[in-house]
Amino acid sequence: MALTAYAVARLHNLYAVVMLAGIYSLLAAVMFVVLDAVDVAFTEAAVGAGISTVLALGTLALTKSREKTPRHTRILPLAVCGITGAALVYGTLDLEHYGDPSAAPHHHVGPEYLARSIPDTGVPNVVTSVLASYRGYDTLGETTVIFTAGVGVVLLLGSWRRKEDDDA
Amino acid sequence: MHNFLVLRVIAKLLLPFILLFALYVQFHGDYGPGGGFQAGVIFAAGFILYALVWGVENAELVLPRGLLRFCFAAGVMLYAGVGLYDILAGGMYLDYSVMAQDSVKGQHLGILLVELGVGITVSTVMVTIFYTFAGYRR
Repeated sequence: MALTAYAVARLHNLYAVVMLAGIYSLLAAVMFVVLDAVDVAFTEAAVGAGISTVLALGTLALTKSREKTPRHTRILPLAVCGITGAALVYGTLDLEHYGDPSAAPHHHVGPEYLARSIPDTGVPNVVTSVLASYRGYDTLGETTVIFTAGVGVVLLLGSWRRKEDDDA
Repeated sequence: MHNFLVLRVIAKLLLPFILLFALYVQFHGDYGPGGGFQAGVIFAAGFILYALVWGVENAELVLPRGLLRFCFAAGVMLYAGVGLYDILAGGMYLDYSVMAQDSVKGQHLGILLVELGVGITVSTVMVTIFYTFAGYRR
């Protein structure tokens, strides 16, 4: 994964970058499978490796496929990335150890969901019952985000084409 | 895109399976991994494959833009509508227990319906974005 990330940063041919980003997503999906998060892995593979690659290629068809050579200095972006990265790594020091039974996520609402999912909803896949039922509001919000994205794209790019159709 | 015989044959062979798999992921999300979001993306991927091989014009004959726009609003409306129905049926917003006599069955039905709403919205929005990008400078 580090190798693909490095290649993405170094390459200037954007087609290759899009393909490598897809490979990166696929590797991330494999990592999620190894961590037993099958639903997340499924989403990562379908969205990250599949649809976003196609959409990025579609975008490239509209723009140029080669990155512009930067004219400004590279020190500032490097500093921003370095500081952000260091802050994130510092944040992970506070995370619980993987598989630690005394970790906070295992003692909050998690066990309750696990115990109540079948009697409450009759749905064996707890991820689905949490997503759709216990956390129904959040999922409604996510769906609204997708809807907004669609409306935004149609408003920004879609009407332009319809006007052209009218002229023709 | 008119002479790639192998591509067209393979795409034609794969397409029904992709769509069927999307439906499986959609409605089997209660039991296995998956759900509306993933199913919507797979369903959209099937149509994007069709549009890539046969052109956006032909894909628009199957799924016209107007229908897509209607559907991606309808998916959100289905989700929110389930919530409103729950209020009318005497429960809280998005509390599916009141949707059937048995609260477990109600929950099951509610989850199925909202996942369907998510799936419809996600798939149609993805196809719409692809149509818009692909058909922008034609």
